[in-house]
Amino acid sequence: MLLLLAVHLAMALAAPVLVSRLGRRAFFVLALAPASAAVWALSQTRAVLDGDGPTEVVAWVPALSIELAFRLDTLGWLMTLLVGGVGALVLVYCAAYFSASAGGLGRFGGVLVAFAGAMLGLVTTDDLLLLYVFWELTTVFSYLLIGHYSDRKASRRAAMQAIILTTFGGLAMLVGLVLLGEAGGSYRVSDVLADPPTGAVASVAVVLLLLGALSKSALVPLHFWLPAAMAAPTPVSAYLHAAAMVKAGVYLVARFAPAFADLPVWKAVVAVAGTWTLVHGGYRALRQYDLKLVLAFGTVSQLGLLVLLVGLPGRATALAGLAMLGAHAMFKASLFLVVGIVDAATGTRDLRRLTGVGRALPLTATAGALATLSMIGMFPFAGFVAKEAALEALLAEATTPSGLLVVVGMVVGSALTVAYGLRFWWGAFADKRLPATDDDGAPVEPPHVSRPSLVLVAPAAVLAVLGLVTGLLPGLGETLLAPHAAGYAGEEGHLVLWAGFKPAFWLTVLVLAAGAAMFAARAWVERAQSRVSVPLDADRAYRRLMRRLDDAAADVTALTQRGSLPFYLGVILLAMVALQTVALTRTGLPGPDEVRLYDRPAQLVVGGLAVAGAVLAANARRRLKAVVLAGVSGYGVAALFMLHGAPDLALTQVLVETVTLVVFVLVLRRLPAYFSVRPLAASRWLRMAIGVASGLVVGALALVVPTARVHPPVSEDFPEEAYVFGGGRNIVNVTLVDIRAWDTTGEIAVLLVAATGVASLIFLSTRSGSIFRSSSARGSGYVWDSVPQPAVIRRLTVDARAQHAAGTLSPGRNREWLGAGSTLAPQRRSVVFEIITRLLFHSMVVVGLYLLFAGHNSPGGGFAGGLVVGIALIVRYLAGGRYELGDAAPVHPGLLLGLGLFLSAGVGLVAVLAGGSLLQSVIIEFAVPVLGPIKLVTSVFFDIGVFLLVLGVVLDVLRSLGAEIDRHSEEAAPDSADPEVRGTERVSAGAREGQDPGAGAGTRGRGTSMSEPIDGSLSGRGTGEGGGR
Amino acid sequence: MIDTSPSLALVVVAAALTAVGVYLLLERSLTRVLLGVIFLSNAVNVVLLVSGGRAGGAPIVDYTDEDSMSDPLPQALILTAIVITLGMTAFLLAMAYRSWQLNQHDEVQDDLEDRRVAQRAARDEAAYLSDDDGTTTLEQEAAEVHDETGDDGPPSSGPGTPPSSAPGSHAVPTPEGGDAR
Repeated sequence: MLLLLAVHLAMALAAPVLVSRLGRRAFFVLALAPASAAVWALSQTRAVLDGDGPTEVVAWVPALSIELAFRLDTLGWLMTLLVGGVGALVLVYCAAYFSASAGGLGRFGGVLVAFAGAMLGLVTTDDLLLLYVFWELTTVFSYLLIGHYSDRKASRRAAMQAIILTTFGGLAMLVGLVLLGEAGGSYRVSDVLADPPTGAVASVAVVLLLLGALSKSALVPLHFWLPAAMAAPTPVSAYLHAAAMVKAGVYLVARFAPAFADLPVWKAVVAVAGTWTLVHGGYRALRQYDLKLVLAFGTVSQLGLLVLLVGLPGRATALAGLAMLGAHAMFKASLFLVVGIVDAATGTRDLRRLTGVGRALPLTATAGALATLSMIGMFPFAGFVAKEAALEALLAEATTPSGLLVVVGMVVGSALTVAYGLRFWWGAFADKRLPATDDDGAPVEPPHVSRPSLVLVAPAAVLAVLGLVTGLLPGLGETLLAPHAAGYAGEEGHLVLWAGFKPAFWLTVLVLAAGAAMFAARAWVERAQSRVSVPLDADRAYRRLMRRLDDAAADVTALTQRGSLPFYLGVILLAMVALQTVALTRTGLPGPDEVRLYDRPAQLVVGGLAVAGAVLAANARRRLKAVVLAGVSGYGVAALFMLHGAPDLALTQVLVETVTLVVFVLVLRRLPAYFSVRPLAASRWLRMAIGVASGLVVGALALVVPTARVHPPVSEDFPEEAYVFGGGRNIVNVTLVDIRAWDTTGEIAVLLVAATGVASLIFLSTRSGSIFRSSSARGSGYVWDSVPQPAVIRRLTVDARAQHAAGTLSPGRNREWLGAGSTLAPQRRSVVFEIITRLLFHSMVVVGLYLLFAGHNSPGGGFAGGLVVGIALIVRYLAGGRYELGDAAPVHPGLLLGLGLFLSAGVGLVAVLAGGSLLQSVIIEFAVPVLGPIKLVTSVFFDIGVFLLVLGVVLDVLRSLGAEIDRHSEEAAPDSADPEVRGTERVSAGAREGQDPGAGAGTRGRGTSMSEPIDGSLSGRGTGEGGGR
Repeated sequence: MIDTSPSLALVVVAAALTAVGVYLLLERSLTRVLLGVIFLSNAVNVVLLVSGGRAGGAPIVDYTDEDSMSDPLPQALILTAIVITLGMTAFLLAMAYRSWQLNQHDEVQDDLEDRRVAQRAARDEAAYLSDDDGTTTLEQEAAEVHDETGDDGPPSSGPGTPPSSAPGSHAVPTPEGGDAR
């Protein structure tokens, strides 16, 4: 059976290719998949009859005890025949039905075959959970098929409705299946049936199971998705909504009825839902004008009957139910196919517009007639045999009022079936007088009927004739179907053509007569039906419910999703305060035995500095002031680290504060100098309160938590481990690169992501563009040229430019170091700064490298080393501008970042290759003649990776927030590009800035109206943020 | 086991930095939010330091006696935290700059879409464009649905042609001659 499923899967996947190669002829090939299933089932008939049908078990998820278990018994055999046989015929029909230019045929064919496969798995599986998997697969595929015309609103809506309802039922069923499996101790269907659980669990489980069946088989009150699903192409209606998918619910009921049919709750649900659906569907079918809708409501009605028959306890009803199951699949699929032919031939399905079709399409009309006769239960069709047996069996059980009610329901429903069946055939094929105008007042003309291809008619005819043949061979049917009915309790039933003049026969005569009368009086019936208004329509109730659900969701969203960052953060912080307060007061943690005021007196001084810096920063109105004060606070914290005995931390903190400060200033030069005034006093007090509360909670935690420790810290052994295994004396560094190297790897990965994020926020198009080198700076304007240039300097500039050009025309040994300085605007150059840079840069690089390599044994390491070299680059950038930065580090930061991460993680992999664990260090000792013994620890490569990555981060940040923002600001003021024009026009902007410090950045580049040269207008320098520019 | 009783000076610094950090975090200016993040990060680092117990010598073997060392583990944690804060600072600054570039300010505004959702919810309007406008009946919808059928459709241009389905369209022969335009 796995093989068959694999065939379906392969065929489904190949369908798009097949259709694109063969066109719609591909459907003939696709039909082979379901046909093979039907042939296989036929070949197993003998074994199934003898009760030893094939089984197959393959372990799938042992932990959940899910097995790919399959078993073919009588019920499965019948369903496989229907699914495979009707599936093959419908696919053949598709080959002629769709026009060759129809869209999406490849997808359609694939999904249809996949659906056939899912259906096959559903009816043959012997595992409860696998049953659910196939069940939901059919739901999903049917969603895709109903929504085939995804550009139509009706299709989308119908598909959505179908999937919501059937998934709802499916989920309920899953719970029921799990309950059954857990209560029965086995997830094998045959085990559960052999030894069904009892009691309340069983009752709950079967109600949930039945909910699944009701939703899938479109029983009242979940029936309305099926008529809406007629938005699907007609072959889909014929297959899914007549023969296959809607039968899944019937299958489920028939599968579990032998074990649970005697439960009162099962009987009640089946009887009420079945009878109600039977009558309701028939009633609704009678007043439809669309042929497909007539059949759809007819199907709803018949599904009610089927569930009733296979669900009620009783061997005879079950046999009748199985016969009806087969008969219905044949006649209903055939009728849908016939409607498709009529629709394709005439272009309409409205029975008020059709006339004379029977004369034009005699074959189709005959097939339709045969199927209709089977549907209304006319002698000697399969429908008649099944209905006779059903009436007989139900009459035998009709000893109670409820039993009697079921019989009455069956009679009424069957009479309605006769009425709408006759009306259907009459509507589709008969000659009749058309009304002169339709509802909209447009004239109605008899349809033009085109001749359908024989391929289109054949499948419908085959199914219709089969309905007659099986009706003529009732004994064979009884032999084949009896084994499943034998699982039910009660009297044995029989399938016969002629049982004599028993009560059931007279009931059949009554049904036919009443139905024919209703058909004859159809005009009167239509008027009566249109006069009855239905107060509660399930479809409308569903729509209203969904609307309410949307409203509720919107209300909840509006309540919780306020879109305000401070609100979210405030809620989170308040929750933290509340929860931690509870934790601190209720869990009975011992408070600190003793509290030292300080470890070293100096802590008070630097701690006070840190706090004072922070408070003043919070109070500052100027951005630069706030940032500098924050830096002071940060340096204070660094000093705290130092006093605590953590030199590595202090070193790193100082370096990071420095980089942070520079980066801040780089960005702040573009932002307004002052924070905007926010005079919302109340919210300010609230913020302050939340802040104080958070501070108090954190303080309390810091007091209580350290003393709550009951185990010795893991770091007790670190000194020994660091020296013996890590080969280093600096425990903190060895911890980073060895003991907790995994952590560090993750952390530098985060850094990489952050740096990439910065670059992508600033470099809007591409980040991997060319690097600004001084050699590429020819012809462009000066860097940092926003401040007006005094005339004296302008004269000097011309000389400097000429000089610079001459210098770079002959690159060689005499090239000037820090040469990009000449690309700076002359008024921006600082001789002192340039000289200091020349003095310091190389020393800083050496110090950085020293920190990197010495870090294993004394304070330092990759982080500190990388930061120091990064600061060296910052110094060069500040001294020489962005072209100097390109000269100093002519590599893309991405390369450094990637190389660093690769080196760090790669070293770890080397250790694995060498047979150790991931990121394990290896110590290699060797002697070098002059230097003496050298101890090489492989983790130094890890540290080099960290170094490169940190360097890459600084470079990336500098390139983005420094160089690229420079470029942005020059682009924003394009007139500065030409030194000759600049002297006149830029002044105006500078003057504006001088007058209006608060909005300096915003107005730059706009003030171009004033054109008088105002020489020496240096007022622009006085503005606050000007210094950084 | 080393002395783990907390030093009040550090605890007070941590609490104060937290308070200031939270106060700034709840602001709307991204620059201030960023300063808040930095202060909070420093505060948490100090708390970590406190959790390591009393102060001591630098945790370097042979330089400090093992018994008088400060706890190295929190230090390793703090070190990575410091550098991560640097990455976060850079990222938030880039965001602030971008915000300034786009909006001429660096303030975090309320999400307009969220506000619109709230307004719609208050007016009980549909939260999204639904396929179900609730005005058509089943019968009306069914009458408009037709499949792309038949051999007499538009001249077959062979398999694999792109779908030509318009809503509700089916293969109707186009009227010959005359006003095709």
